[in-house]
Amino acid sequence: MKEEGITTVLVNSNPATIQTDLDTADRVYIEPLEAGVVKDIIGREKPDGIIATMSGQTGLNLAVALKEFLAEKKVRVLGTSIETIQLAEDREKFRDLLLRIGEPAPPSERVRNIGELKKAAKKIGLPVLLRPDYRMGGEGTVFVEKEEELEEQGRYCLRLSGSGMVLVEKSVLGTAEIEYEVIRDSNDNCITVCSMENIDPVGVHTGESIVVAPVQTLSDVDHQRLRSASIKIVRALGVEGACNVQFSLDQDTGAYWVIEVNPRASRSSALASKATGYPIARIATKIAVGYDLAGIENRLTGKSAAFEPALDYVVLKIPRWPFDKFGLNECIGTSMKSTGETMSIGKTFEEAVCKAVRSLEIKRSGVLANPSFLPTEKRLFHVIDSLRSMSVEEVYAATKINRWFLNKLKNLSATRTGLVDFAVLVDKKPVFNIVDTCAGEFEAKTPYYYSTVFAELNESRPSKKRKVVILGGGPIRIGQGIEFDYCTVKAIQALRENGYETIVVNNNPETVSTDFDVSDKLYFEPLTTKDVMNIIENEGTENVEGVLVQFGGQTALNLARSLHALGVRVLGTSVDALERAGERKQFKELMDLLGIPTVKSDVARTQQEALRVAKSLKFPLLLRPSHVLGGRAMFVVHDMKDLEHRIEESLSISEGSHVILDEFLEGATEIDVDCLGDGKRCFVAGIMEQIDEAGIHSGDSYCILPAQNLSPEVLRTILDYSEKIVTSLNIKGFCNIQMAVKDGKVIVIEVNPRASRTIPYVSKAIGVPLAKLAALIQVDAFDLKGMKEPSLKYCAVKAPVFPFHRFPSFDPVLNAEMKSTGETMAFGKTPEEAYWKAAKAAGQDFSGPVLVGDCGGHTRKIREAFEKAGAELAENLEKAAFVVSTAPGEAILRKQAVAEGKTCVTSIFGALMIAKCIGAKPSFEIVALNDAYC
Amino acid sequence: MDRKGAIVFSDGSCVVGKGFGASTERTGELVFNTSMAGYQEAVTDPSYAGQILVFSYPLIGNYGVNTDDMESPRVWVEGVVVTENCVEPSHYKCSSNFSDFLQKHGIPGVSGVDTRALVCKIRDEGVKPAAIKVWDELPEPDVGKEAKEMAKKIREFSYSAQNFVEVVSPKKHEEFIPKKRDKTVVLVDCGCKKSIIENLVARNCAVVRVPYNTNSKEIMKYDPDGVMFSNGPGDPKILKDTVKCCRELFGKTFVFGVCLGNQVIGQALGGKTVKLKFGHRGGNHAVKDLETGKVYITSQNHGYAVTGVPKGKEWFVNCLDGSNEGIKCEEAMSVQFHPEAHLGPLDTQYLFEEFMKRL
Repeated sequence: MKEEGITTVLVNSNPATIQTDLDTADRVYIEPLEAGVVKDIIGREKPDGIIATMSGQTGLNLAVALKEFLAEKKVRVLGTSIETIQLAEDREKFRDLLLRIGEPAPPSERVRNIGELKKAAKKIGLPVLLRPDYRMGGEGTVFVEKEEELEEQGRYCLRLSGSGMVLVEKSVLGTAEIEYEVIRDSNDNCITVCSMENIDPVGVHTGESIVVAPVQTLSDVDHQRLRSASIKIVRALGVEGACNVQFSLDQDTGAYWVIEVNPRASRSSALASKATGYPIARIATKIAVGYDLAGIENRLTGKSAAFEPALDYVVLKIPRWPFDKFGLNECIGTSMKSTGETMSIGKTFEEAVCKAVRSLEIKRSGVLANPSFLPTEKRLFHVIDSLRSMSVEEVYAATKINRWFLNKLKNLSATRTGLVDFAVLVDKKPVFNIVDTCAGEFEAKTPYYYSTVFAELNESRPSKKRKVVILGGGPIRIGQGIEFDYCTVKAIQALRENGYETIVVNNNPETVSTDFDVSDKLYFEPLTTKDVMNIIENEGTENVEGVLVQFGGQTALNLARSLHALGVRVLGTSVDALERAGERKQFKELMDLLGIPTVKSDVARTQQEALRVAKSLKFPLLLRPSHVLGGRAMFVVHDMKDLEHRIEESLSISEGSHVILDEFLEGATEIDVDCLGDGKRCFVAGIMEQIDEAGIHSGDSYCILPAQNLSPEVLRTILDYSEKIVTSLNIKGFCNIQMAVKDGKVIVIEVNPRASRTIPYVSKAIGVPLAKLAALIQVDAFDLKGMKEPSLKYCAVKAPVFPFHRFPSFDPVLNAEMKSTGETMAFGKTPEEAYWKAAKAAGQDFSGPVLVGDCGGHTRKIREAFEKAGAELAENLEKAAFVVSTAPGEAILRKQAVAEGKTCVTSIFGALMIAKCIGAKPSFEIVALNDAYC
Repeated sequence: MDRKGAIVFSDGSCVVGKGFGASTERTGELVFNTSMAGYQEAVTDPSYAGQILVFSYPLIGNYGVNTDDMESPRVWVEGVVVTENCVEPSHYKCSSNFSDFLQKHGIPGVSGVDTRALVCKIRDEGVKPAAIKVWDELPEPDVGKEAKEMAKKIREFSYSAQNFVEVVSPKKHEEFIPKKRDKTVVLVDCGCKKSIIENLVARNCAVVRVPYNTNSKEIMKYDPDGVMFSNGPGDPKILKDTVKCCRELFGKTFVFGVCLGNQVIGQALGGKTVKLKFGHRGGNHAVKDLETGKVYITSQNHGYAVTGVPKGKEWFVNCLDGSNEGIKCEEAMSVQFHPEAHLGPLDTQYLFEEFMKRL
């Protein structure tokens, strides 16, 4: 859009993404994605057009909700029309469309009684799906496999149906799932960008499937038939932009059915873009503003965008699930549970598998517990292991995974040692090939590389320019989200502007840092020491000025020591200082030296040691493994028995083979401080007050800038400690410090010498591009001399977003282990205004029936606090749903609250703010980020 | 033990890999195709006669071969070069794996080589004569020494000097009659793909297939509604008689051409043909219809392009290099790409209907 000279206004409630950065759009609104808010913004900004097909289902739903308003205000819907969106999303209408154009939907029949139902089921063939009429979101849909179940299930569905009729539909469970990414322009030109084949057969959501591109097991006749069908459907729908079409294909006959379409940019289109080098969202946007496909340039080749990419490599996507974190071994299926994904590129399928597994960064033990052929996150590994003793036919019968994939996976299982080594497929130095959209037919202009050991020609020739390598954050998981993409992108931009050749290593297809035109060179590779070293050696160790490890979360930081040991210069804070901050004993010594109080703590390597150590400390204790992300297997233990119960899990998960026991400060206020250091000076960018009570992971807590409940003296102490820590460690770059304040005393809990999760939030709250400055500091292109203390015109609140509704068996009680998968942010004139907006953006609902529980006397404390604040507020308490405290008794209430979609507040401060909002029913100010600063 | 295989160039340099298919030696022009599927259609396409085909897509043979996807009864390529040859295919129609299929047809294949490197070499240096050889397991060959011998033969090889059409064109007339017969077309077979005949027959059009050197009088004896010049191999310049025949047909009947047929018609209209540096071979090239401005993704397989199309008669152009992709005038219409597909997109099959409408 910007290339076209169009002024862009962006609305999104997510602070963590580079999208809501001031440098991305012309005007940015970090506001709740609600129809009312968007109406207000349209009223102020008076846009000529709106584009809603780039932001997933959220954007589509908003566009549909605003249909009349947009027409009234003469705001043009760019690209695919709302009518088309509605047509594609309505199951019945879409089915009719398929029938009209002669494309097959799964065979089905509508029946009115059991007799008809049985007849239909016989004709269609079991298994079938029974769908009652007029039910929302798949409610009442049952899957029937056995004839004897038919009658009972049929009666149930007939009873449930609003019209008394039931749709009997062929179940395509177990068939192959094939997808096409299609682009169409307003001149009816239509191309398919990429074909993709799900390794997991139908029954597993495509977002949950291991996906390979291009399709591997279809003949050209099969492929062209599906390709033609997808184009026909997209034309009939009238899509102007991108569309994803999904098919089910019977592997024994080649018969196919259309499953669904998504008339928008999607997770699949992002994957297809990275898989092919063809930027679908960019092209779809150009089409939306009126371009014809032939008139758009393919920036990889400098030729027309009217062509279909040819791949000369294999792409594999594996989802990243949070089951390890949630302690679940859940089956995956038709509902999305993964938090992210990784993509790999290889010359062969086996190479792509090995690289994707390396990129997942999962701990793989030798033997799988409870191995199963049911679709789970471990199925891939179980299949590989099983193929050592079972035949392809046997595994096929159990999984319906195409035999071609099984034969290939068998090659991986047939290793000399009996153990699959995903690190070494062939013992040979890799070369780097280009992703060029055209399989080498034309000379590519943009350097987007992958490594392979199955080629001889090395196409990544190092330049003589000053260069730095920037390590990304890998797949998105709980505790390491899109914020590290924001940081990585800001670092790349800063260094590029300063004349550096920027070399990015990352493997996440969902990010902006893996857009080939963001950096000078993109290596789509696993983030392991060996993989990164291959790249550095290829670039010439002498030419690489250094590696930036502070931007890609713990993934990048974890490589600092090993890369340093191999002679690579780690830029910014020294590797020794990184360790001093991260390693428990050294950290403690430093704090003692600086005279900064810390919590009493100790480490233990075994269960016995932990119990012994615990005796010298005061319960409750915070038990946590060392060197892990997002508080994995972190527990507050209240006594010896509790400790005994938890210690094993904590030990088994610890990467550093020991656990840490901290004295836990009950009732403290937790403070998160983000600072920058330039080697000598310290800049304290943000002192965030955690709104939720101590013990809840900072990533799961609401937090507010500026802090509201700290005395000037405490603030001075926080500044003083921060400065001492940053300067004594000679921090060059980021430093995140976690503190606790109890009874006016400030205690330092932890120091993280890297970009924290809150960097984008703080940057956007104070209007200072912290990641950019941190990058420049690390190449000595900037210092902090004269940096002014930030002053805020607005309060800014960050709210967590939880995935609990996707994990019904999971305990939603918040504790020291992080569980949120995203966040929102909002500005407000008052703390409560910002809090309310952020919470609403996070999907919290403060209306409806009251849910109040008395948990450990907290309700009484709240009542007291409210009464102190005014009688009116006390009344409001009755209207709100408050569940307070992290005490064990609270679990049931919290579960209930989650089930009913209610807000849980875990602090008096939070409760007070909500009560004020409920009472005031205020109309909130909408703030453009551009106007948010002093 | 694996067999050895190699691709040898005129200077004696070679790329060594594993052999598959038949243990034999062939010489031809080394070309590449960027399609990701459709290898069976490609190797049985007579237009590939005299050429050694490099597949840029690394995994070939995944779905084996079957009895339906033959574009002609035999394999026409001189050899096949792939990164990985799949010996355990999986497909509901599969009747054999690719290696056994090539062996049966006496064609050598080399796998385990960097096909992208070969594609880039051809892209940068142009298509070039080369040889391919697969040795028996034993005795262990001295590849370097044999390559030098082979290089001599390569230097003597000239693709454009040979009349490959003569080799691939049928010797007899043959008729294909649809159930319902609306029209009759004489198809001048210069190396026709089966799919062209199928597309015509499917549109109730009877096809009389005649050899490439049939003269116009003989053709007109069938009293056809139209005449079609098919695809085929080799340098179109040498088809002087076929071009003459085409020119004679203008005005007498409507003429349609595909690929080599476009080059024949182009020459008959006074145009010339030039050899492209590395040709267009794949299933992803877009062409633009100059009348409507619409673009179509097409199947392509040609090493020569028509130049000097008379003013106003150019129909389609290639979106990537602007070369001629089709001609339309009162007497004839033709396209440089393959509306019959197989391999490749079916998007331009509508052209057969256009042809029918012109009859």
